[in-house]
Amino acid sequence: MSTMYQVLRGPEHFLPPAAASMGIRLPDPGQAHIHGKIVNEDEAMEVAARQFLSAKVPTIFPGPLVLWAWNEKAAGKATAIRHLYETIKECVTPSQQAMLIPMPDYRPKYPKINPEIEINPNHPNLTIWHNKIDTCMFVGVHCHQANLSLKIIRGGTYCYTIAMCAQAGHEDAMVSFRDATADKIRKLADWVKKLKGSVEPPKDD
Amino acid sequence: MSKERIKIAPEMFDIMPEEYQDLVERATYGNEHRGWKDIGTSKELIEEHSLCAGCPESMAFRYILASLPAPEDTVMVGSTGCTSLVFPHVGVHNIHSLFGNQNAIASGLKRALSVRFPGRVKDVVVLAGDGATVDIGLDMTLQAWFRQEKFTTICFDNELYANTGGQESGLMQKGFVAKMAPVGKTFEKVKLPEIARESGCHYVVNCTVSKPNLVEKVIKNAIHVAREIGPTYLQLYTPCILEIGKNSMEGLQEMRDSEKPTERFAYKEYVSDQAKELLTELAAKEKERKAALKKQLAGQA
Repeated sequence: MSTMYQVLRGPEHFLPPAAASMGIRLPDPGQAHIHGKIVNEDEAMEVAARQFLSAKVPTIFPGPLVLWAWNEKAAGKATAIRHLYETIKECVTPSQQAMLIPMPDYRPKYPKINPEIEINPNHPNLTIWHNKIDTCMFVGVHCHQANLSLKIIRGGTYCYTIAMCAQAGHEDAMVSFRDATADKIRKLADWVKKLKGSVEPPKDD
Repeated sequence: MSKERIKIAPEMFDIMPEEYQDLVERATYGNEHRGWKDIGTSKELIEEHSLCAGCPESMAFRYILASLPAPEDTVMVGSTGCTSLVFPHVGVHNIHSLFGNQNAIASGLKRALSVRFPGRVKDVVVLAGDGATVDIGLDMTLQAWFRQEKFTTICFDNELYANTGGQESGLMQKGFVAKMAPVGKTFEKVKLPEIARESGCHYVVNCTVSKPNLVEKVIKNAIHVAREIGPTYLQLYTPCILEIGKNSMEGLQEMRDSEKPTERFAYKEYVSDQAKELLTELAAKEKERKAALKKQLAGQA
């Protein structure tokens, strides 16, 4: 099925359509997608790395699947995520602020969450607005919660979204990987390192 | 059954919000002798909540969560009401059911857990208000008891629909006038503890939450009986201070006044013969443990 729809930075509008309903399909193993277009995984790696390097506040949002040491695989991914974060921090200029903000809980928090230190899938826009996050990557978030969040972010913010999914990927992210492993996360860190200095940092407002 | 199953990935520990770090380091998961006295000295499974200042329901919640014998192996089932504003903050697995459906959900859950985790004790505890338990969910409440489902049902009885502004409920006392029930209740408070006994509950208690040690005792008894024998029911008076025209600091006194011998929340307990036997056995074991501990401490001195 061909489609004209592109999954682009928002704010699209209050309730954007689910990208899947607009004809966006998930990549096959070895592939990824950029703005809804199926591409080779390496191509998406480069785009994701460039996004991190050109963002004012490049941020990783690790979810419960990697925040908790459920098993060795999960702990290994957590180590790789930390490595990616440290790499981004090293590779950006002092005017850029890399962040690592957890999504420890999916339950809506009343009366409010603390957007400085956490993100909640039911209102991810609060954390994004508060920290002025312009590029983020979801990793270790259960699919249904990631889908919900990605759509809210696309609907109401300017943030560029990347999904490092352990399953089949996310149509609603601007860049989506599938079958995430610790190695794949480290590979993305290598791309960031490789492209250091070749990407123009964001201009001050 | 311990904290070993609840570990934050070391690389993520420093970014986790403080309450999650505390839960892992200072909560009483895995301590089979946990109780209300841990409140203030260890991380509680509920700390922040969005209930009104002075709400007796929040006291009840704290005592109950402190008294669960094995919180890491417990799933609580809630229903619509003020309790559903608290469940997002608790450190215990929980499910929000459709209004009134809680005992049906708990039945399926308990059975599924027995199949999924054979040989491991998994407690299911229903915690719902009087509207969910007695009015909207009465069918599900009773049917679970008839079927002898092995879980505990706790009703937070505030004698009206408080969360929606004060409508009449089956557990409201006769003659009470609420904000949205101006005529006054024309029939008696439903005698659910008696109905529970006749429906097959093996341990039934009707009381207030003014005394934390009493709450701990009945919670532990109810859960142990439900594990081994069959359904148990606790009806706990948690008055809504707003809806009965009291101030924040008057909730405790309201409960004390309502538990006097002639009042509707005078302590009432029903224990089946089977449950009596079990509780006697457990009490004897506990006595033995305490005596051994005393001896050990005396030896150390």
